[in-house]
Amino acid sequence: MLPELGHFALILALLLAGLQAFFGIAGPAFARERWSNAVTFAVAGQAVMVATAAACLITSFVNEDFSVAYVAENSNSALPLFYRVAAMWGAHEGSLLLWILLLAGWTVAVALGSGRLPPRFAARVLGVLGVVSFGFLLFTLATSNPFLRLDPPAPDGRDLNPILQDPGLAVHPPILYTGYVGFSVAFAFACAAMLEGKLDQNWARWTRPWTTSAWAFLTCGIALGSFWAYYELGWGGFWFWDPVENASFMPWLVGTALVHSLAVTDKRGLFKSWTLLLAILAFSLSLLGTFLVRSGVLVSVHSFAADPTRGIFILAFLIIMIGGALALYAWRAPLLRSSAGFELGARESFLLFNNVLLVIAAATVFAGTLAPLISDALKLGTLSVGPPYFNPTFMVSMLPLMALLAVGIHANWKRGRLKDSERMLLLTLLAAAVLGCGFAYGLYSHASVLTPVGLTLGVWIVLSSLLDPIDRWRRGLTLPRAVLGMTVAHCGLALAVFALTTVQSFTLERDVALAPGGTATVGSYEFRFGGVKPVQGPNYDAVAGSVTVTRHGAPVAVMSPQKRSYWVQHQVTSETAIRVDHGNNVLLALGEDLGAGRWSIRIQIRPLVSLVWIAAFIMAVGGALAASDRRYRTARALESAPVEGAAGQPG
Amino acid sequence: MTRFLLPLAAFVLLAVVLAIGIRHSPEKGVIASPLLGKPAPQFALPSLTDPAQQVRSTDLKGHWYLFNVWGTWCGGCREEHETLLQVHHAGVVPIIGLDWKDDDTQALGWLTQLGNPYQSVATDHSGREAIEWGVYGAPETFLVNPQGIVVYKHIGALTTDTWTREILPRVSATAGGSS
Repeated sequence: MLPELGHFALILALLLAGLQAFFGIAGPAFARERWSNAVTFAVAGQAVMVATAAACLITSFVNEDFSVAYVAENSNSALPLFYRVAAMWGAHEGSLLLWILLLAGWTVAVALGSGRLPPRFAARVLGVLGVVSFGFLLFTLATSNPFLRLDPPAPDGRDLNPILQDPGLAVHPPILYTGYVGFSVAFAFACAAMLEGKLDQNWARWTRPWTTSAWAFLTCGIALGSFWAYYELGWGGFWFWDPVENASFMPWLVGTALVHSLAVTDKRGLFKSWTLLLAILAFSLSLLGTFLVRSGVLVSVHSFAADPTRGIFILAFLIIMIGGALALYAWRAPLLRSSAGFELGARESFLLFNNVLLVIAAATVFAGTLAPLISDALKLGTLSVGPPYFNPTFMVSMLPLMALLAVGIHANWKRGRLKDSERMLLLTLLAAAVLGCGFAYGLYSHASVLTPVGLTLGVWIVLSSLLDPIDRWRRGLTLPRAVLGMTVAHCGLALAVFALTTVQSFTLERDVALAPGGTATVGSYEFRFGGVKPVQGPNYDAVAGSVTVTRHGAPVAVMSPQKRSYWVQHQVTSETAIRVDHGNNVLLALGEDLGAGRWSIRIQIRPLVSLVWIAAFIMAVGGALAASDRRYRTARALESAPVEGAAGQPG
Repeated sequence: MTRFLLPLAAFVLLAVVLAIGIRHSPEKGVIASPLLGKPAPQFALPSLTDPAQQVRSTDLKGHWYLFNVWGTWCGGCREEHETLLQVHHAGVVPIIGLDWKDDDTQALGWLTQLGNPYQSVATDHSGREAIEWGVYGAPETFLVNPQGIVVYKHIGALTTDTWTREILPRVSATAGGSS
């Protein structure tokens, strides 16, 4: 009964999304105020229906209703309750429903926060969101219905993919998707502005907090995904340039560019058409990510379900959404004029370079991800790329970006004089170089050329970002949330650069074969193997090793890496043991039984790798702080003093 | 005006490529290999375990074999490793590994730690051999028949499902039903 109720709720949601799209777009177009007013009802109704459907699916999982095909394929009676709930988004159909649920959440948030928007504009924004939701609901109902029944019902389920049976699974997809889906709000604002044919600085001010929040979620989601891959895939890497990872990273890069170009549009009324294009692009890349992951066109570690008929549907949807938005752009963007100019050394130029470099970075990732597909389509033979391509090409745009960031935050709007801060910048650069090189060559004896460069840039950005807040504090000025958030996010980025450089330069890794009582020394750590013993879990058998770790003779920990064999899918997974000690991540993975009590063990010591994820979290906190600035919630018209040099008369 | 049309034009181009991409991926959802039904590339490559030795395609003539492209940098390879070990233990068809764009020491460590399912492993530091085979990304597995013809290709981590449903029936159909 519940699955049918869920299915019916989805159908109603589809109809309501259609109404929302129609009223939202046609209402303002034909100046029918009552149509426009009906949009919010459609939004509320759709949200209720989608939530009902999601609740029905989760309940089916909790109740172990194996007559539902999706439940039978992704759950099992031995699966613990926690994973039965999380299994809802463990595969394609449920992931889509999660996508739709989150979109409904964002839409409700926009509807609630639209009080200060002009009603016509708000209706259009909700209308565009309705179109997106309609497309996804249609897609789900037509190709990926999670409520299909099995007749006869399965006696038991085929279990959730063991790799996904991890606490990380419960939080990673919802947060990542919240970020992905959040860019639909910026997209809707962009489309609404183009439908209006008018884009002013207020528009940018309204759009900024939504975009920054989505960006913060995406940052968190990517970091969680990387962390999950690190400890669950079992051999200690944290970024593989896998198509699915790239699919989340490209919107992040373009989203970062959008956050910055929105700042220029807000403060100076410039970059209008460029900002629109970035807003379309960020969301398009989110959609493209879905296409790549779900269509089976590109195959990767993460694509647990792939199906070309779905691919064709998503492609058609992409063409309508992105093609439509870009056609609208070609038609309307020429109407938007930015009259004000700026000098070469002004903050605008730095942000322009920021945008160019970020888009280049996204383009290199894009090219690498799609290269196999494009060369195959053009019958050039298949071309292969991997980390050997991504690592160097990505650095080419990222290193200059970091250097520009340290300088650019001190540039003034409009005028290109850096004089006041030149001395301080040089001083901080000097201090950073000393610290960076000291760390590279002092603490660790060996280092490549890029190591001190990366470390210096990291330290420099932190020092340089802190100059302005310290100066304000000394003069007794308050620090607006937006500036605080920016500083925090930039410091987080700097930490990430620092940590990534350290990890890439100083990771130690060894594979050893140990008999009980045998020892191995890696770096300053000694490992003593104590043998293995069998362990039983709720739905798997395992062997757990015991390894005593000491550092210069002082005990650190007894670590216990496991090898698990899951009953239902007969899949063996490796549960790594990880211990943070003196800033190093010591990772142990149990390998093969070599007979006579001997086991092979992978030992990996990654310095500062935890800092990579902490840094990403700090960036997200910075984004959240900036998004919560009260400035964004007051209309510009009410402000007495317009921003210096504001160009006033847009569109 | 025209510069505002550029994004649309670029997108149309991309859509065409994606559409062709889908048409190229048949019902199984993989990129079709131009090698299917054609002779497998000839190779003579240094062996991972003993660089003085060579792994040669001519030595494999007359036998079924699986050609598995992997690397220690690849997550999917870690995932499929248990399956490869099972295939190896089944003893129906030998697996020839191609260690693609990898570090030899790490690769040897990987095999020591996780177990070695391969009859022999060839190294491909430059990635040239992988291009010969039209490899999109690791892991990829090719099934080659005794006549040296590629009869099946699997992209992504090999699963026991693929093994029992796609590979085993093809081998046993001609090899006389060993399972």
